[in-house]
Amino acid sequence: MKIKTLGYMIKQGMIGLWRNRGMSVASISSVTSALLILGIIITLVLNMNNIALLGQSQFDNIQVYLEDELTENEIEEVGTEIEKVSGVSHIEFESREDALQTMKENWGDQGYLLDTLENNPLPNSYIVYFEDIQMSLGAVEIIEEISGVDEVKYYQEIIDNLVSIADFIQLIGFFLILILGFIAIFIISNTIKLTLNARRQEINIMKYVGATNWFIRWPFILEGVFLGLIGSLIALVVVYFGYDYAYNFIYSRFYTLFAEYILSVDVMIDEIRWIFVTLGIGVGVLGSLMSIRKHLRV
Amino acid sequence: MIEFQNIGKSYGKDVVALIEINVRIDKGEFVFVVGPSGAGKSTFIKLLLHEERATEGKIFMNNEEITHVSSRKIPLLRRSIGVIFQDFRLLPNKTVYENVAFAMEIVEAKKREIRRQVPMVLGLVGLSDKAKKYPRELSGGEMQRVSIARSIVNNPSLVIADEPTGNLDPDTAWEIMRVLQHINQRGTTVIMATHAKDIVDVMKKRVIAIEKGRIIRDDRKGVYGYED
Repeated sequence: MKIKTLGYMIKQGMIGLWRNRGMSVASISSVTSALLILGIIITLVLNMNNIALLGQSQFDNIQVYLEDELTENEIEEVGTEIEKVSGVSHIEFESREDALQTMKENWGDQGYLLDTLENNPLPNSYIVYFEDIQMSLGAVEIIEEISGVDEVKYYQEIIDNLVSIADFIQLIGFFLILILGFIAIFIISNTIKLTLNARRQEINIMKYVGATNWFIRWPFILEGVFLGLIGSLIALVVVYFGYDYAYNFIYSRFYTLFAEYILSVDVMIDEIRWIFVTLGIGVGVLGSLMSIRKHLRV
Repeated sequence: MIEFQNIGKSYGKDVVALIEINVRIDKGEFVFVVGPSGAGKSTFIKLLLHEERATEGKIFMNNEEITHVSSRKIPLLRRSIGVIFQDFRLLPNKTVYENVAFAMEIVEAKKREIRRQVPMVLGLVGLSDKAKKYPRELSGGEMQRVSIARSIVNNPSLVIADEPTGNLDPDTAWEIMRVLQHINQRGTTVIMATHAKDIVDVMKKRVIAIEKGRIIRDDRKGVYGYED
């Protein structure tokens, strides 16, 4: 194809876009909204998976909270009991004072808030390390039964929940995107149909003069490409600012450790930009091909 | 240059449009195709334009069989054929010059060629001074001359005119005939479907009469032969 021809095609595509601007806006919005839903689903699922992944890697140790009334001797005894459990490599004692100190450090700037506490609400605990992560779950059950042990804190439950919620969102999202995608294709094909009708006479002449089929089709396909591309770019911008806002909101409201598990906006955009652009253009091309097949006999 | 051998064309099972059409049109001929409406004239034209495919027989163009040419190659075949319609089919939002240039642009002709060729054909049909006008500013005869200019701008060896004078008054119709004759004298084959009895009778060209799907007459220097 000659450069001049390409220029002609692009120009015709743009003219089509502008001629039916009402329908073009509708098409672009349909692509944008479908991709926005996709964006929300992807951000949720990616973050949940990320948290699950990070959580899983920390499961080589658990924290065993002890009952408050235990004497120092009893604490020692519980320690020896725990060390006897198979799979345990070693344990570390964390006194309630140490725990408070660690928490203060984690809270950073807001750590001074903890100074106002009259009583330390945190329990004494053992941090238990395992030789093998695979064996940790069985060990947890045994440790929970030791007298003097109040609660065993580990992440498996949260992780399991996260993963199943993420799977669920993924499934619902898949069908939602499928439906929205079809709607977008349908709207785009109707928009292209309007351009086809507006140019019917021109196409008729082109046909008789001997324009090749693809020469006639390309401007319509490009119009679809533009619709999809614009829709996906708008969706990307909205996701960028929306996600940035949500990220900052979470970062400022919750303590930093939690926020560290959340992917930054740059990582997120990096993950989704090609998905968005490819899907947008794909939907646009499908929409125009559908219209061309149905309404353009070349 | 064009030969139909035993051509038949039917639509579906029941509608037979053409039967046993055998005709050969040589380079440089001027041929009228006449016949009552619905006799098969337009099907004949459509077969020439490759708009329809024959259901029987063979079509040759320049000694090459093109009966079953792939639809991908049809546009290329059409480039050697110029078409003129009764309703002109000009693009209203393009000037006379642009309407003619359009036919060259879509076959990806070079800019330099377009700049040389378009004024040349506009001169040929006598519209040099109307190049910048829009179709709505032209008379019917002028519009048809633009459409003739467009049909010959890519130098086709064959021009097919489907009732080119159908929408014009007699004087203007003759003006169009003179242009077509001029084009024919330059060596282009012209095939013209028409109902214009007086034109056919005066011009004394070859006349092919189609009736009920068959060629009933093919005279070297014929007359219209119907009293309608």
